[in-house]
Amino acid sequence: MKSPVVIVSMKELLDSSRERRTLFSLLIGPLIGPLLFVMLMNVTVSQSVSSAEDRLDVAMLGTERAPNLVAYLRAREIYPLEAPAIKSLDDAADAVAAGRRDFVLAIDDRYGEDFGTARPARVTLIYDRSKQRTLGRVERVRGVLNAYGQQIGALRLVAHGVDPTLQRPLIVDDRDVSTSAGRAVLLLGTFTYFLLFATLSGGMHLAIDTTAGERERKSLEPLLTLPVPRASLLLGKMAATIVYMLGALAVSLVGYLFVMRHLPLEKLAMTSSFGPASAVAAFFVLLPVAPLGAALMTLIASFTRTYREAQTYISFMLLVPTFPVLYAAITNVEASPKLMWIPSLSQHLLVTALIKAQPLDPVQVALSAGSTLAFAALLGWLAVRLYQREAILG
Amino acid sequence: MIEVETLGKQFGAVRALDGVSFVAADGEITGLLGPNGAGKSTCLRILSTVLAPDQGRARIGGVDLATSALAARRIFGVLPHSSGLYPQLTGRENIEYYGRLHGLSEQRIAERADELIARLELGAVAGRKAKGYSQGERTKVALARALVHDPQHVMLDEPTNGLDVMATRHLRDWLRELRKQGRCVLLSSHVMQEVEALVDDLVIIAAGRVTLTGSPSELAQRFPGRTLEEIFVEAVSGAAPAPSVP
Repeated sequence: MKSPVVIVSMKELLDSSRERRTLFSLLIGPLIGPLLFVMLMNVTVSQSVSSAEDRLDVAMLGTERAPNLVAYLRAREIYPLEAPAIKSLDDAADAVAAGRRDFVLAIDDRYGEDFGTARPARVTLIYDRSKQRTLGRVERVRGVLNAYGQQIGALRLVAHGVDPTLQRPLIVDDRDVSTSAGRAVLLLGTFTYFLLFATLSGGMHLAIDTTAGERERKSLEPLLTLPVPRASLLLGKMAATIVYMLGALAVSLVGYLFVMRHLPLEKLAMTSSFGPASAVAAFFVLLPVAPLGAALMTLIASFTRTYREAQTYISFMLLVPTFPVLYAAITNVEASPKLMWIPSLSQHLLVTALIKAQPLDPVQVALSAGSTLAFAALLGWLAVRLYQREAILG
Repeated sequence: MIEVETLGKQFGAVRALDGVSFVAADGEITGLLGPNGAGKSTCLRILSTVLAPDQGRARIGGVDLATSALAARRIFGVLPHSSGLYPQLTGRENIEYYGRLHGLSEQRIAERADELIARLELGAVAGRKAKGYSQGERTKVALARALVHDPQHVMLDEPTNGLDVMATRHLRDWLRELRKQGRCVLLSSHVMQEVEALVDDLVIIAAGRVTLTGSPSELAQRFPGRTLEEIFVEAVSGAAPAPSVP
């Protein structure tokens, strides 16, 4: 004879497998994260990669006054764009403000005269700083202009018999020591949240349906007349919820694996070490979240009278695991044993370490799992206690 | 045998049951009769161990519900007010689920399910999902589910509610058969005509108290010239029928 916990969870799995929304929560929900990730990556790649060597067309005013400068720009793949409507700086500012142009380079009326007499000649970059996507192009043009200016300045000093290096008392070198996998972490910030989201939302329907739904359907009362302790019934229901949550987590991880394989991470000078072994490790790191989520949802659902009411509260609850993740993103905390007792924060830090291809500290993994499971046991116990009340029949 | 002694139950300010006592014997159908809100459902919910009384006690087959609820649940079956079937499961799966939770072997469950499906003439619908059932089909499957463990005691909360005339007759025949098998059947109703032809014993309750008990023929003798309907109406309206119990 099977244990009632097994009987109940098998029945709940069979029951829910016949509903369409189960398919949604198990397949579509968990793939939202990977899909968003693909979109985010494509946008980022197209923005930052385009700047390097591609041809760039820039609306320019007064090109006839600076043929050498324009030739220098052309040699660096920056081409003037015909803009007959722009006749003055004001026209250019209007065009940019109105969004007709992203960006205009204006060469001053007196450029030729000033340049010829070795006075500082003026060029103006007109752009809208609030438009993130133009900033990369503006910086590229500014860099080329600065290089041109330095080259001309050095030539003038040499012509006067002065060593141009005198003008450069400092040399500032940038040395970025982040690993290429580490740079990917910025983009992978969404990663843990979507894994947590997939896990929790994967079991949400079942958690509500087996508690508030059962009460609303009036099938709870006859169930409670069977010779099975209420704790066993509830544990069976939570077990079924956990199975769905882990299924959703696995689907999400497989989705990410697939996506990582096919994304141009190298184009961003990033490499992803997120392979099957990391996915399996992430699965086990996140595993304790499932019992915690199942217990919490069951607890909430036992206060509510209807499926809809429970759904409202539990949808808010799906936001809760974001708070520690947000906190970690803002304060940039590092994994440490004293943070490992906080569910969702500890999983976030550990999964982030996995993505950075850092070794996991077994003590931290054990602390994270132990603490999360202890919270799960506490909430599960509370849910069982609530199920002993008569008011549970509603 | 179901024995109820001075049961009391309070919900907030409402005294739902106020010292209800009666006995339902084996081999008989006992009707718990009363208007809406009289306490019938509360009484049956206490007897089916989903509620606990504040006062008094109840035994089913000699098993005290307060101390041995799990043991009592093995020897009674309940048809609650709403059938409470799982809509995504077939009729047979609904029956089997309860059989498993009663701890029956798979073989025994299959035997009982076959037997009940045949007896309740559910063969045509037992393989379909319960969400498409008519009210009569739902009640029959819920009854089969309540009987899967072959209980000695059967409690039914307004079982004929929403049933058409054919289904009602069918159900009555079934309850008579359960009686013939020597089982103790307790059913509640708020309509005298529905039960007078069926029950051996009547327990009339109003406002949480038992106001009158006896078999239909006893009551007819005790209050000559009145129909059972009239006796019922008087018994629940506060004015006990004039020539009272000696």
